[in-house]
Amino acid sequence: MHPAPSVILFTTLSGLGFGLLFWLGLGMPGPTGVVAFVFFAIAYLLAVGGLLASTFHLGHPERALKAFSQWQTSWLSREAWASVAALVVMAVYGAGLVFLGTKWTALGLIGAVLSIGTVFTTSMIYAQLRTVPRWHHWTTPAVFLCLSLGGGALLAGQIRFALPLLALAGVAQAYTWITGDARLRSSGTTLASATGLQGGSIRAFEPPHTGTNYLLREFVYVVGRKHSRNLRVISLTLGFILPIVLLLLPFNHILAGVAVVSHLAGVLVARWLFFAEAEHVVGLYYGKRTT
Amino acid sequence: MTQLPPLSAVKLGLVIDLDTCVGCHACVVSCKGWNTENYGAPLSDQDAYGANPSGTFLNRVHSYEVQPAEGHAQLVHFPKSCLHCEDAPCVTVCPTGASYKRVEDGIVLVNESDCIGCGLCAWACPYGAREMDVAEKVMKKCTLCVDRIYNDNLPEEDRVPACVRTCPAGARHFGDLGDPESDVSQLVAERGGFDLMPEQGTKPVNKYLPPRPRDRSEDVDILAPYLAPVTDQPKGFVGWLDKALSALPGGK
Ligand code: SF4
Ligand code: SF4
Ligand code: SF4
Repeated sequence: MHPAPSVILFTTLSGLGFGLLFWLGLGMPGPTGVVAFVFFAIAYLLAVGGLLASTFHLGHPERALKAFSQWQTSWLSREAWASVAALVVMAVYGAGLVFLGTKWTALGLIGAVLSIGTVFTTSMIYAQLRTVPRWHHWTTPAVFLCLSLGGGALLAGQIRFALPLLALAGVAQAYTWITGDARLRSSGTTLASATGLQGGSIRAFEPPHTGTNYLLREFVYVVGRKHSRNLRVISLTLGFILPIVLLLLPFNHILAGVAVVSHLAGVLVARWLFFAEAEHVVGLYYGKRTT
Repeated sequence: MTQLPPLSAVKLGLVIDLDTCVGCHACVVSCKGWNTENYGAPLSDQDAYGANPSGTFLNRVHSYEVQPAEGHAQLVHFPKSCLHCEDAPCVTVCPTGASYKRVEDGIVLVNESDCIGCGLCAWACPYGAREMDVAEKVMKKCTLCVDRIYNDNLPEEDRVPACVRTCPAGARHFGDLGDPESDVSQLVAERGGFDLMPEQGTKPVNKYLPPRPRDRSEDVDILAPYLAPVTDQPKGFVGWLDKALSALPGGK
């Protein structure tokens, strides 16, 4: 799949933002006044910033409201509902903390569930697609959720939770990379099933067009194996190993800041790979995937 | 509404004969011609006469080579447009309700004024049957020429999809695949028509007919014995002519 910068930014930033909102909703940390304001401001910048980035990806952002209508079948529509509900509930909860110094615990819990629920709906947009075997797997929501919870805990300063969650996210990420490489092959979709042709080996002889087209631009992105291996190592190191090491060192605000930046960079690389390495089965018609 | 309608009895669709398609791309051109000036936004081209042309098409023809263990390879031309799936994943993923499947005949369409251009439906289609138009930024797909097949303003013989009407080889057939007695259903039964990517669970309405095995003849060159040279040392007039012609510039 084409790794569109807007979608990579959106899923990464909003995942982090909603992760932070989750912990804030649980009251971990549970500051009031100005400190609460700063925490909520960061969370909203990330979550809303991500959502705005994602609307750049739309052909007709002016019709975005229509996307709320099909929640019964569409994960994208459910994501729209979940994100707005989470942002509204958490805004009320945050206002209580910032301006009134009161903590509405139940409201915070609801907001926390909605926040992490939003991340789940995002992940299901990808996981539901049978056309992309690498994504059509439980590891997709698992990685999205672990990353959001772990990154959120890191931002929320919940080191106790951030350490195991980041470790878990790293393991889940590594697991999905390794098993993901075989998923197109084991999906059963091949050039033979795509064309129904029998009686010999099939080769894409001539493409339907001499130039490129939407399908090739959007779905047939190929990353070199060596390139991909290096990026995976970089992503694991920056996203998980380095932050964990930094968190284990005696606490220091600068080190914590470095841990956050390093984690963000690692997740961005992982998210780039998430799209760039995803093989859409339509590539088979173009002879672009060897299975 | 992106909920799939209850299964309709009428399932309009195409049957594409891989045995007769000659790969001329006439259906590609007629499809683009009809659909760029009728239903919905035109099908735009980018850099059409430049170095890197690209554009929106609703129907495209691939070519594949099947190499059996023994003997010659067979070339198969493979037209591909929307298969108007019964379990259309492109419809259920759409957040706006722009993508829908018609109750009355099963045609899958996009209501372009509701489309936000998110592209998710094209991601969900395994066949590459949907293309986002770069100029209009809305999703385009085969309409089964819904604006021809019911169009009373057209002469009756034209009330079929443009691609079907155009195909010089008769490789595209249009009809109701929900009716087992229809010509197309009979054709599918007779020729062993099949689904593309059945494992994707989309239950396509369109069917493909397999190429027939090619005849094998041991001695293909029946004229060769008559064309063998009579002599390689021409004499007399022929010999003089041969020499004279060889003497001309470029003769040797
Ligand atoms: S072929 Fe693709 S676009 Fe057409 S109905 Fe099936 S899934 Fe949808
Ligand atoms: S691109 Fe348009 S038709 Fe396709 S899913 Fe998005 S809104 Fe629906
Ligand atoms: S039915 Fe109409 S829209 Fe569909 S491929 Fe044929 S000509 Fe194009």
